Amino acid sequence: MKTVRSDFEILKKTINNQPLTYLDTAATSQKPNQVLAAIQNYYLKDNANVHRGVYTLSEQATQAYEDARTKVGHFLNAPSARNIVFTRSTTESLNWLAQSFGPGQVEAGDEILLTYLEHHSNIVPWQVLAQKTGAKLKYVGLTEDGQVDLVDFADQLTTKTKIVSFAHVSNVLGTLAPVKKMVAMAHEVGARVIVDGAQAVAHLPVDVQDLDVDFYAFSGHKVYGPTGIGVLYGRTELLEAMEPAQYGGEMIEKVGLESSTFQPAPWKFEAGTPNIAGAIGLGAALDYMQELGLAQVSDYETDLMEETVTKLLAIPGLTLYGPQNGHDRYGVAAFNLAGVHPHDVATILDQEGVEVRAGHHCAQPLMAYLGLPATVRVSLGVYNNSADIDRLCAGLHQVREYFAND
Amino acid sequence: MTNANLDNLYRQVLIDYAKNPHNYQKPLPADAVQVEKYNPSCGDIIQIKAQVVADTIEDISFDGNGCAISMAAASMLTDLLRGETLAGAKELLEKFSAMLVTDEEADPALGELALMQGVRKFPTRMKCATLASHATLAVINQVEEEQ
Repeated sequence: MKTVRSDFEILKKTINNQPLTYLDTAATSQKPNQVLAAIQNYYLKDNANVHRGVYTLSEQATQAYEDARTKVGHFLNAPSARNIVFTRSTTESLNWLAQSFGPGQVEAGDEILLTYLEHHSNIVPWQVLAQKTGAKLKYVGLTEDGQVDLVDFADQLTTKTKIVSFAHVSNVLGTLAPVKKMVAMAHEVGARVIVDGAQAVAHLPVDVQDLDVDFYAFSGHKVYGPTGIGVLYGRTELLEAMEPAQYGGEMIEKVGLESSTFQPAPWKFEAGTPNIAGAIGLGAALDYMQELGLAQVSDYETDLMEETVTKLLAIPGLTLYGPQNGHDRYGVAAFNLAGVHPHDVATILDQEGVEVRAGHHCAQPLMAYLGLPATVRVSLGVYNNSADIDRLCAGLHQVREYFAND
Repeated sequence: MTNANLDNLYRQVLIDYAKNPHNYQKPLPADAVQVEKYNPSCGDIIQIKAQVVADTIEDISFDGNGCAISMAAASMLTDLLRGETLAGAKELLEKFSAMLVTDEEADPALGELALMQGVRKFPTRMKCATLASHATLAVINQVEEEQ
């Protein structure tokens, strides 16, 4: 990944007179020139509304938008581009499922099973669905090193379980859920499985058919694409049966005074003018990832994470949460320094140009489960290198000096 | 490595207060008024408890969890306000808020709280500095409403 840094203009920036050391890719990734060029090129050369013009320019815009859908389909190894719905984000994908798929799937007394690792966006929509339907929300516990506890998962799965929804990769601990096993176990009891792939797609190859998931959601901006574009993959028969979450132009077939008919999936879900430039930018980001090679990206990041974990654990007073090695982590390491609040750590690092996240990482139930008010979180992208980790560690030593026990 | 902004923010006194805060988890009589303030963006939480007799803050304490800035601010603020009248306390809280948004020297009436001036260079940490003062103002307002 030596060459990729030059693709990211922003990395030339200085922060507080120091070189930018960006270690918050789990919040949002930086964008390579290739993505920015694709977006600009669309507005310069192909801009028109999609799916409605008979004129050539509209046809070109439609083609570019639908090409992006095809790219997403290939990226996830979906059976067809028609399994790919464009949304605003992972959050919107999960909300649409809770609002449109959920009510037909659960009734009073049924169970929705999540894990303690979930981001708020994979908790709150299900809470609201449970409150509305009288379904029960349950959470699967974790093993000592922050993995989904499969014994507890098996215990909690019952014939009442109708929806199982969990993160592919934890945004706090970086652990990888055993998706295939969990899907097989959930299907055994007749539950449908939704996987939140927000933290996974930038770090490892994802094959939705091999994983056998019913739905898979991710955001463009965490995989080197623009903000405001997300993806919902769904099985054909489930998407066909699911009601749209929004109505309006584009998604209709025929509109009468009293009722209307809709387009087939995925277009029936995309009411109004979609985020055309966002979809095209996402397509360019996935092209970029595929040129780098997902397996190569994964190997490079695993090596860098091993180095990160080794160097972090050498710092006195540092507690790392989750697996104590690099190879069981995908892009994320959360930790604390004894006697120093994470915000103070982040402020001091920021003065050195090192940008990390501090807080609860939109995972308050996990923080409560771990008994932590907050943590520092560093997360890696393809552009990070050993020098970044050295600057992080130098900054952490400086934090210790400010908060020295004398 | 030295950094003037950081040196100004994390003065030794502030770090000492963050590590050994005054009035922290100090029990007060059952009739003390308590308000909790939470910063949802970072998870910091502070409860201010005050025992007001007639018009005077007889005693004041705090509890919670937060960064060095918020803990030290709560420590210094509670020290400052003990023994103040409600009106006097309100005035000091206003002076404290004003201090954080100007470049001028802090009002001497603020005493040690003047140390919090270092936060001026850190806009993202302003909420940490003011969490305790917001909670205290809410306590005073609640007492006044009840009176």
